[in-house]
Amino acid sequence: MNLDAKIPSGPVAEAWDKHRFDLKLVNPANKRKFKVLVVGSGLAGGSAAATMAELGYDVDCFCFQDSPRRAHSIAAQGGINAAKNYQNDGDSVYRLFYDTVKGGDFRSREANVYRLAQVSANIIDQCVAQGVPFAREYGGQLANRSFGGAQVSRTFYARGATGQQLLLGCYAALSRQIEMGAVKMHTRTEMLDIVVADGITRGIITRNLTTGKIERWAGDAVVLATGGYVNVFYLSTNAMGCNVTAAWRAHKRGAGFANPCFTQIHPTCIPVSGDHQSKLTLMSESLRNDGRVWVPAKPGDQRPPSQIPDNERDYYLERKYPSFGNLSPRDIASRAAKEACDDGKGVGPGNRGVYLDFRDSIQRLGAEVVKQRYGNLFDMYQRITDENPYELPMRIYPAPHYTIGGLWVDYNLHSNQPGLHVIGEANFSDHGANRLGASALMQGLADGYFVLPYTIGNFFATHKPEPITTDHPAFREAESEINARLQRFMTIGGSRSPESFHRELGRIMWEKCGMARNRAGLEEALQKIPELREEFWNNVKVIGTERSLNMTLEQAGRVADFLEFGETMCRDALLREESCGGHFREEYQTEDGEAVRNDDDFAHAAVWEWKGPNEEPVRHQEEMTFENVKLATRSYK
Amino acid sequence: MNLTLKVWRQDGPNDAGRLETYDAPDVSPDMSFLEMLDVVNERLINEGRTPIEFDHDCREGICGMCSLVINGVPHGPQRATTTCQLHMRSFKDGDTIAIEPWRAKAFPVVKDLVVDRSSFDRIIQAGGYASVNTGGAPDANAMLIGKEDADTAFDAAACIGCGACVAACPNASAMLFVAAKVAHYAHLPQGQPERDRRTVKMVNSMDAEGFGNCRNYYECEAACPKEIPVKFIGNMNRDFIKAVAAGNEG
Ligand SMILES: Cc1cc2nc3c(=O)[nH]c(=O)nc-3n(C[C@H](O)[C@H](O)[C@H](O)COP(=O)(O)OP(=O)(O)OC[C@H]3O[C@@H](n4cnc5c(N)ncnc54)[C@H](O)[C@@H]3O)c2cc1C
Ligand code: FES
Repeated sequence: MNLDAKIPSGPVAEAWDKHRFDLKLVNPANKRKFKVLVVGSGLAGGSAAATMAELGYDVDCFCFQDSPRRAHSIAAQGGINAAKNYQNDGDSVYRLFYDTVKGGDFRSREANVYRLAQVSANIIDQCVAQGVPFAREYGGQLANRSFGGAQVSRTFYARGATGQQLLLGCYAALSRQIEMGAVKMHTRTEMLDIVVADGITRGIITRNLTTGKIERWAGDAVVLATGGYVNVFYLSTNAMGCNVTAAWRAHKRGAGFANPCFTQIHPTCIPVSGDHQSKLTLMSESLRNDGRVWVPAKPGDQRPPSQIPDNERDYYLERKYPSFGNLSPRDIASRAAKEACDDGKGVGPGNRGVYLDFRDSIQRLGAEVVKQRYGNLFDMYQRITDENPYELPMRIYPAPHYTIGGLWVDYNLHSNQPGLHVIGEANFSDHGANRLGASALMQGLADGYFVLPYTIGNFFATHKPEPITTDHPAFREAESEINARLQRFMTIGGSRSPESFHRELGRIMWEKCGMARNRAGLEEALQKIPELREEFWNNVKVIGTERSLNMTLEQAGRVADFLEFGETMCRDALLREESCGGHFREEYQTEDGEAVRNDDDFAHAAVWEWKGPNEEPVRHQEEMTFENVKLATRSYK
Repeated sequence: MNLTLKVWRQDGPNDAGRLETYDAPDVSPDMSFLEMLDVVNERLINEGRTPIEFDHDCREGICGMCSLVINGVPHGPQRATTTCQLHMRSFKDGDTIAIEPWRAKAFPVVKDLVVDRSSFDRIIQAGGYASVNTGGAPDANAMLIGKEDADTAFDAAACIGCGACVAACPNASAMLFVAAKVAHYAHLPQGQPERDRRTVKMVNSMDAEGFGNCRNYYECEAACPKEIPVKFIGNMNRDFIKAVAAGNEG
């Protein structure tokens, strides 16, 4: 497996400029001859499709929702980082770079992260020009706030709906290109495979989710912008449709899957309320700016929160991490919540919750100010729990939220599978082992607006793809494999719904490969998952037909892929014998429960190669070197 | 609690469709409305019957995908709440609940409770944007925008494009949807250069898609999960008349 990251030589601060100069260009008049298939219309896919169309490429864009505006990016709440230093509090490109490398627990590529920090400022300029209504001060300037894991105020936001406003900006740009005929948009269309002809990615196979029609699409490059796979846990903060299908099928056709075990568990979500639960709702971590996290100091204390005096409360984040306190990074805050509950101090149903209390801020700032800052989040909380957070502290618990691992890409966002580019949450590139808050939106838009549109030109200029049509045998074979698989779902005639398998897989993943992992648990999962998969393929029940809208069938396909992917994820977690970022191996911790990283053996990305259905996948490594930010133990004390 | 559901079932766009009755026993008040339907579907699958198709994705009230008319009201009884955020504690034991799709000529039924809202996308494509390409944008703070204007622009931009406004309107008018997008840009300097053109093109596109006329019933505002105010419709009408009078017909 070729894992040459193509990082430009020389000082990190000059790498992107130098690289852009070295990239080969495509003559503007020739651009329309290149067809790009963009799968996904979230922040990454939408921005890439619009920008490449503006440049003149011939773009087709696909999404499974009924409109590109509904991609899961829409749900991001808290904000987007940019090194603007508008607050004059000492921020800079270098500081954002430094914070992100350190926050990622030294498992990301310095050059990628530096570039991300550099283009962050352009993103805000671009979005404002599009008319994104960011929060502003009375004087008319843009407002900022600080966000989990950062000590400067560099986060731009639009109330609690930053993702929505950024995505609508991007959707507007995309709509303009659709109107101009430069992008052809295919909604309610699910990509089920990539097509590799003579070693090069030349197209995709899709299913029209309304009619069931299977279609072939040929192009000169394929871009996956299909988001994250955290629904492998079944319960997560992701939308119901988020899946690993596109990435997994590409993996099975040759694309390396990097660090699948790096997942992010978000510390502030509404706890599970019962067995019916279908998804978990995030409460933006911006709440941690004004809310204080605590549990009763005494295990098993059942008194209502208002009757627990301050000296019998344990504000454990403030106690353990005095300099970051309630703003400690996500992995640390999540694990601390789990620990508190494991110690019997949890609150609410099943004692799996901790308090996030606004009492002191309401006293200090007044309810009106708190309402202005967080009103919509408080409303959402009340709607779901039927409790009023102005009067009672919120109950929160960590939940799977984001996937840091993803398909391997080089500095050009090109995977090891020629012709396949991967952007946004679907790739592994910039966040190491832990993502800092407000940096996923930044990365998705950096990839789509400011990186891929340049680097893809270099791909075309240096590869000169041969013309191809969908009659090529590779298309025929891929299509017939898809048809056979759909047929199989329809004819198993078992007794369990795809949903029930998904829930069961999710439980295994959460218990054995969730916030804390250990060898015995992972080995158990590696035994259970293939058994469950076996049962799935003999006992799943899909009703209806494959030739019409059939959401149970869609779900069956996604669950089948999760059942394969989950195994690779556990394998990755098993072989990474260290604790770093979101990956906490119980065997590797200090006496007071802090993570112990192993830089000598694991300062690398683990990249998995698929070897076939009954073969063990092979683990490759891309070493990570740190020339600018010195490898050090993270401390937030 | 135990409930009875009357659910619209329709095999495809050309099927006449009908209401069918289902039991929903043992519903917990903490379930969301869609989780209640999940449980019903799980049982239908176990019994070998075709599950009820309905649109949903984020289940947190922001993607605009969910779309049910519940007891005659788009998104059901709770104000400012999407179907996915509605919880069963809004109902009581023994209730019968009617569940139907959005109904509008411009939103044809695809299957069961799923409708085709691509007409909304085409309205946005007609002009719901500021025509700026990527790159070359000035520094974001170069242009000051007063907090009130920015806040109003946000209030309008909060629209999730679900279509409840259309489903609620006796005439199936899309005026609130279009007016919200027009108002978003009208309150920002970035929206000014194309203001007339945008308004006229979007309104024309709305008419061409077969949405009805606005007769000031204001049902749209009441149904809007984001509480977008109808005052934006008045503003848009004024903008439209001004634009046409100035000869800027899109
Ligand atoms: C609740 C929540 C809050 C968040 N808040 C923040 C925040 O405040 N700040 C921050 O920086 N980040 C935040 N994040 C993370 C961030 O929102 C995501 O990482 C980011 O938006 C992902 O963008 P994307 O474009 O990569 O993927 P998505 O937006 O998930 O888009 C995926 C696209 O791919 C399409 N797709 C997927 N599979 C297929 C297929 N097989 N065939 C066809 N199409 C397919 C989908 O239709 C969709 O269009 C949050 C995430 C969640 C869940
Ligand atoms: S499912 Fe997204 S708004 Fe209801």
